Amino acid sequence: MASVNQRRKTMRVIVMVKATKESEAGIMPSTELLEAMGKFNEELINAGVMLAGEGLHPSSKGKRIAFDGPGRTVIDGPFAETRELVAGFWIWEVKDMAEAVEWAKRCPNPMPGPSELEIRQVFEAADFGDALTPELAEQEERQREKLAGH
Amino acid sequence: MAATETHQTIETVFRIEQARLIAGLVRMVRDVNLAEDLAQDALVAALSEWPKTGVPKKPGAWLMAAAKRRAIDGFRRRKMLARKHAEIGRDLEDEGADPVADIEAAMDDDLGDELLGLIFTACHPVLSPEARAALTLRLIGGLTTDEIARAFLSSEATIAQRIVRAKKTLGKAGLTYEVPRGPDRRERLASVLEVIYLIFNEGYAATAGEDLIRPALCAEAQRLGRILAGLAPGEPEVFGLLALMEIQASRLNARTAPDGSPVPLTEQNRARWDQLLIRRGLAALERAEALGGAGGPYALQAALAACHARAKKAKETDWRRIAALYDTLRAVMPSPVVDLNRAVAHSMAFGPEAGLALLNEIEQAGALRDYALLPAAKGDFLFRAGRLTEAGAEFERAAALTRNAREKAFLLGRAAACGR
Repeated sequence: MASVNQRRKTMRVIVMVKATKESEAGIMPSTELLEAMGKFNEELINAGVMLAGEGLHPSSKGKRIAFDGPGRTVIDGPFAETRELVAGFWIWEVKDMAEAVEWAKRCPNPMPGPSELEIRQVFEAADFGDALTPELAEQEERQREKLAGH
Repeated sequence: MAATETHQTIETVFRIEQARLIAGLVRMVRDVNLAEDLAQDALVAALSEWPKTGVPKKPGAWLMAAAKRRAIDGFRRRKMLARKHAEIGRDLEDEGADPVADIEAAMDDDLGDELLGLIFTACHPVLSPEARAALTLRLIGGLTTDEIARAFLSSEATIAQRIVRAKKTLGKAGLTYEVPRGPDRRERLASVLEVIYLIFNEGYAATAGEDLIRPALCAEAQRLGRILAGLAPGEPEVFGLLALMEIQASRLNARTAPDGSPVPLTEQNRARWDQLLIRRGLAALERAEALGGAGGPYALQAALAACHARAKKAKETDWRRIAALYDTLRAVMPSPVVDLNRAVAHSMAFGPEAGLALLNEIEQAGALRDYALLPAAKGDFLFRAGRLTEAGAEFERAAALTRNAREKAFLLGRAAACGR
């Protein structure tokens, strides 16, 4: 088990619902699934775990921007590799990855057929450890300032 | 599944279920201590069963059934309290052949009512705020005594004793362990909110280099606030407090410089504010206002925090609105510290002279005499009014009053900038 200190520091994860043929075809979930998902979301909220969550339109309405050196090419959806696409996501705050996994296992199957959730931990400044020197941190800060239009 | 992996899964499941489990058991046995012991017994049972059978589909209901069985065994063996025995015996008989299914149904039905009852119990006004905070972190947050002790810079023995006493006091008070619905609900809720905010502020007061559990108290309090908002969706002040905590927490990364010194709100790098928490905070504030709670003390403080959160740059801050909100807050929650902050807001909205006039009122009332932030504010107003000599003297006075080394250095720096 993780040490007490690590266990007590909360972390954010993004939980992605992977797309399927059905979601890419724009087939909306059944009433039963909506009901089950509503109940699951309520559990997440009542446990103080859920920070945000959204469903996404099929990739046919999406765009990709491809980078190659200075070049930028805009590619219209839909995109072919369905299993790599995302149909929805949550942001959760949990104590560790094990807790995120337990909650994810309680999720109703989000799709009519086989489907997948993917959990990824959100980076925090502290995760970069010593690699993030004060100089780099300052540089990052300057960039953020510019982004914010300061 | 490897044995260690199962073990970790069980610990994690237990952590998720613990508060609801204890809440349900307290309602049944009317004894917090016994409920905690029974929950632990259920964990022990799971650790011995689940590696063989796998984690059940409804682990919460399984744990509750196991704990209930232990409770009944215990009552029978010790022949405790005939009345309770009869009650629980009847409960068991009514359950029929599949207790897990029935418990599952009951747990779905109550929609967290038992958990809300436990929160109200842990935060009962018969207990001191410190005892309430310790008990809440233990029962709802699932923290160990050692963790609570480190979080409050106290010894494990002190906290253990505090929790034991608190449980005894609750036992003697003859509580129903239910959610108060009558006229005392408002007072009881205020007691809950006070405890959650106390936990949050303890975390907020933590400084760099301290045990990580201290700043983690902010996250713990936010989680409690979010749980409470889920369980009591009609209470405007619950959302007011949640909004206040989310917005304040959004600045946690920006409020200290890399060397650990504090960065004042107006000088913080706003790009480092956590926009997700700000959005959540503003949404919670909207909810509080929609429920008719705009004038509540937490909602007002959240509205103040929101004024800063909405300003993309410090100079875009709506100080007039902040000054007006402090005028209102002062009536709802009279306190010299609110008056001091009000003076700061007025100085920003209407100029340093307006701030000095309000500080004068505080000084004449004899309040905040040894409070470093009063001369610090006065020094700032005088500095902005161009009265540098007087300003320097105030900064030095403030530096002499503070016990925080970094704050002292900061104030002496400001005094030096006045030419002293």
